[in-house]
Amino acid sequence: MIEIQNLTKEYGKIKAVDNISFSVEKGEILGFLGPNGAGKSTTMNILTGYISSTSGTIKVAGHDILENPVEVKKRIGYLPEQPPLYLDMTVDEYLNFCAQLKSVPAKRWRSEKKDIMELVKISHVSHRLIKNLSKGYKQRVGLAQALIGTPDVLILDEPTVGLDPKQIIEIRKLIKALGKNHTIILSTHILPEVSAVCDRVVIINKGRIAAIDTPDNLSKMLSDFSRFSVTIAGPENKVRNALSDIYGVKYLEVSNRIKDDEYSYIIEADKDVDVRKPMFNRLAQLGFPILELKSLNLSLEEIFIQLTTTEEMEVQ
Amino acid sequence: MFAVLKRDFKSYFNSPIAYVLIGLFMFLSSYFFNSYLSYGVSDITSNVVSDMSFLLLFVIPILTMKSMAEDKKNGTEVLLLTSPARITEIVMGKFLALYCVFLIMTGFTLIFPIILTVFGDPDLALIFSSYLGFVLYGAVFVAVGLFASSLTENQIVAAIIGFVGLFALYTIRYLASYFSGFLYDVFTWLSIADRYNDFMNGIIDISSVIFMISLAAIFIYLTVRVVERKRWSQG
Repeated sequence: MIEIQNLTKEYGKIKAVDNISFSVEKGEILGFLGPNGAGKSTTMNILTGYISSTSGTIKVAGHDILENPVEVKKRIGYLPEQPPLYLDMTVDEYLNFCAQLKSVPAKRWRSEKKDIMELVKISHVSHRLIKNLSKGYKQRVGLAQALIGTPDVLILDEPTVGLDPKQIIEIRKLIKALGKNHTIILSTHILPEVSAVCDRVVIINKGRIAAIDTPDNLSKMLSDFSRFSVTIAGPENKVRNALSDIYGVKYLEVSNRIKDDEYSYIIEADKDVDVRKPMFNRLAQLGFPILELKSLNLSLEEIFIQLTTTEEMEVQ
Repeated sequence: MFAVLKRDFKSYFNSPIAYVLIGLFMFLSSYFFNSYLSYGVSDITSNVVSDMSFLLLFVIPILTMKSMAEDKKNGTEVLLLTSPARITEIVMGKFLALYCVFLIMTGFTLIFPIILTVFGDPDLALIFSSYLGFVLYGAVFVAVGLFASSLTENQIVAAIIGFVGLFALYTIRYLASYFSGFLYDVFTWLSIADRYNDFMNGIIDISSVIFMISLAAIFIYLTVRVVERKRWSQG
């Protein structure tokens, strides 16, 4: 659906986007992850034709953005970081204007408008001025704008930023639902969002791609050791001594004190050694029961930090 | 194009700006009309219209300042530029919205010739040529203001650039007097005020009509170029 090849954008001597290539399949939700200033918004602005690239090609549904910008723009719905709203209009007027701007036939628009407004739940504010809406509703109106004309591709730049937790969950659900009919590129610096919503992740740092994979694969690929969270009843120093003697345990730390002589620990061990059995035997011998044991996979958060920091070390 | 035209036109009347400007414009031009009446000048309409052109120097930059600048500031520019509409259509829509406000403002002043016709027997042909000159002149001014607005995202700065640009255009004929020969010819040829005066004297010169329309078109084209250039900027 979308093919990006060797995309570069230079601002003077600074390379905001440095030779990135990837493609997005039809119906896929691609997460675009990176720290602030990594080049996420720049890439999205180039994809949507708002700014031009210095070099590289972008094709959407086979149309090149330079040769045939109108065809590309017809197929893309874009929600920029700051929703592009006219504050002096009502929601209704604004959406009508956007539909005209995107040349949606009036007949089709009448039914489509109702659907979109119901989908993003803004029907009940349709007669209010946009400037009087809360941040969450403004974001939804922005999203409604992107959906007008049922574009094949949706590009959403940090769609959940500034929303309250309930709204965030709603918007994520909505994006997930939209993913059935649209190809979506979604940028964010909030990591759980990616694992909650995306099929595939592109991690970008300093304008370059640090990794592309599914969220699960990224977790597996990067963990060199297994991690557990264990809750054990017993005095801390004795438990600590007992556990650190076990072969394979590399790291031990108290993460939480539940009550006297009952602590949660984070344990990291070699990947190829199963430390759970010796741990059990040892603690049973000493009479310190294990109350809880669960394995912790590397969270995306940690992967992200790991990837972006190794990148930095390479640069240095 | 019509989407932008309609939206922008409405927005001028949703805010006080259009009402205040039209009110101010009418107040001052009525004052001129009244004084010409009491002095008993002949050709009252062309005199008033001539003075109105001077008022435009102040009114137009204030009217046009937000046209493009506000879109840049609010981020709505992204919406316009990533839509399938072409930049030329968008800029034309914005120009026509401004021009419609200008025409409405001009429409109100038609009350002067109407009053004159009711109570006297003015030269209707002269009134026609004066107004034709005025609306052409207005098109140039609006185009210059629009261009100024595309240069910045600060409305005040846009108004100042617009005013300076219009003032330069207005006074270019005085510059001509410093030169002789070829440069004198160039500056007088460029002088929009001289051509405007022809209309006020009842002369409709087709070359002047084309000159004014071309000048407006050039500034609209420059506006399109500014918007496009920003897309390609490397810094």
